[in-house]
This record gives sequence, structure tokens and C-alpha cells, in this order.
Amino acid sequence: MVSRFFVLLLLTGVGAIFVSLMFGYVPDDALNLTARYYAENTVRDTGAANIVTAIVVTYRGLDTLGEVTVLFLTAAIVGLVLAGSQQGRLRREQPAPGELLVTGTRLLVPLTLLLGVYVFVNGHLTPGGGFQGGAILASAILMLLLADPLREFSHPLISAIESISGLVFVAIGLLGMVYAGGFLDNRILPLGTLGDLISAGAIPVIYSFIGLKVGAEFSSMMVNLSETEEP
Amino acid sequence: MDYIAMSTGFILILIGLFGALTNRNILRMIVAFTVADTGVNLVIVGVGYMRGRTAPILDSAVAAADAVARIIDPVPQALVLTAIVIGVGVTALMLAYAYKLYEKKHTLDIAKFTELKW
Repeated sequence: MVSRFFVLLLLTGVGAIFVSLMFGYVPDDALNLTARYYAENTVRDTGAANIVTAIVVTYRGLDTLGEVTVLFLTAAIVGLVLAGSQQGRLRREQPAPGELLVTGTRLLVPLTLLLGVYVFVNGHLTPGGGFQGGAILASAILMLLLADPLREFSHPLISAIESISGLVFVAIGLLGMVYAGGFLDNRILPLGTLGDLISAGAIPVIYSFIGLKVGAEFSSMMVNLSETEEP
Repeated sequence: MDYIAMSTGFILILIGLFGALTNRNILRMIVAFTVADTGVNLVIVGVGYMRGRTAPILDSAVAAADAVARIIDPVPQALVLTAIVIGVGVTALMLAYAYKLYEKKHTLDIAKFTELKW
């Protein structure tokens, strides 16, 4: 096939570029300037033990605001595009979900929610944070959908959680302009001691609301996609 | 170690591109795109890795004072965190549009969609 030949030709070209990139790559011996700044000043500036979290929430907080806006837009567009397709789902005879799945879901959903909350509350101390915790929260919703595909989720509740957390996120950012150095500055609350759960100023608060927002957005995407299922 | 991660990432990108270009089914193309997406993320994280250093988290093992000599570059990790989340958004949008296309033509074969062909 001719098209297959051209595809292979193209991939060979791209692969050659990748190979030359790989062989030309020399790993750094020391941190570059930006990374060195973060490594030296994160504790003094933000009080967060997890430097990635400090970058995502404080140093590059505006980018994170843009990121959750992109996610919000995605969830809204998925809802909009699929809106016409969700004509009332007929209640047809479903094969009963397995006993294992139902009981397992009942056992695992509260634990999964708890793990999600743990991950985003500890975002400034351990690997994890709002986005990861939010994804774990949404996986609990996915489990509920697997156990009962026709389950009705409250769209107003999901949107309310999402909008309120988004508003709180922006409000905390604006408070930073008034009481501290600038937009999304986390020093509006005391920094505390490094490694404590309640430390790093506003970072745990901001990341918790990001977690709720991301969880609500992922859930709304999944619920919208699952509601298109052909009756 | 860094070369293993990087070459795996590059291979995943190539596999994803190959799948997206040769498959006719839209769903398979979406899966191929997510594979390529994972490859890009792996390469970026691999670039940030530095031999003999540890994760950029300060605790009893890595004191704040000698962090500069002990941790790897945290910036690529923050970038990939963003990239993963945006990747999820892109995948969800692709799935929603694929559903719309299926609803219109009752097929997912890309060759059947000829409106924009010339």
C-alpha cells in the first residue's frame, strides 16, 4: 500500500531525529538556574516540602489557574456537545451487575474518596496534590458508574462544587494581592514549620479546592459521556 | 536509567504516530494519540532526571540546606503534571466529538467522512 509506505518513511524520518536527539543529549551535572532558585528558596518563600507543589501552586500559580480553566472549558464543551444526545434514557432490562462488583464498590468507594482527600490535603508534603487527588476522587465516581450504569448523578451538585471551588481559588489569589506579595501569594497564612500538615501558608487550602474542582470536572466529563450510552 | 526512560518515550511516540496514521477507526486513533501523549511526558520527565539524585521533596532524608546538590530538576515534573491534565481534557473532547460523528453517520471509519476531502 502506498500510504503505508509514506507513513513508514515519515516515521523513519522522525525516528532519525529522535535518535540524533538521544545521542546528542548530555545530562546536566548541576541544576540549571531556574531549578537552583527553586531548590534554594522554596522553603524560605513558601514553606512547602514538595518543591513541585510549590512551583505549581505558588511560583506558577497563574498557569495553574489557566490549567483549571482549560479543564473547566473542556468539561463545559463535552457537556454542550453531548447535550442533544442525552434524550431520556429508557429503562431497559439490564443484566444485573455482579455481586462482587456491587459489594466491592460499596467497600471501596468510601476508601477511595478518603485516599483522594488524603492525597490533596498532603500535596505540599508528599508526592501528589490537587490534580492527582481529584483524579482519585473521580475514579470513585467511575466505580459507581461501573456498578450501576444507569445511576443518576446530580448535575447541579457537581456544577456547584466546581464553581464554588473555582471561585474560592480566585478569591484566595486576590487576597494574596491585598495581604501579601501578589496574586496567589501563599503567605496570607503563617508558613508554619516545614513538614507539618498545617504549614506552607495557603498552599494546602488552594490545593484542596483545586482537588475538589478537578474531581468535579472529571466526574462531570465521565457522567456526560456515560449518559450518552444507547438505551 | 535516563536513557531507558527517554528511548521508551521516543518509541511510544513513534508507535502512537504510526497508530494514528494507519488506523481507520476513530476510537483507535484516539487511543494511539494517548499513547503518543504518554511518550512525550516520559521524555520530558527523562530530561529532568539526573544521575544519583533524588525526588524534589524535602524531608528528613534531604535537608533544605543541601537540596541544591541532592534533588533533580523539579521544573519538568511540574510541566508534565500540567501536560497530563491537559491530555485528559483533549482525550475527553476527542471522545465527545467521536460520539457525535458516530451519531451522524453510524460509523467510526474515518474514510466515510468525506466532507472535508479534496
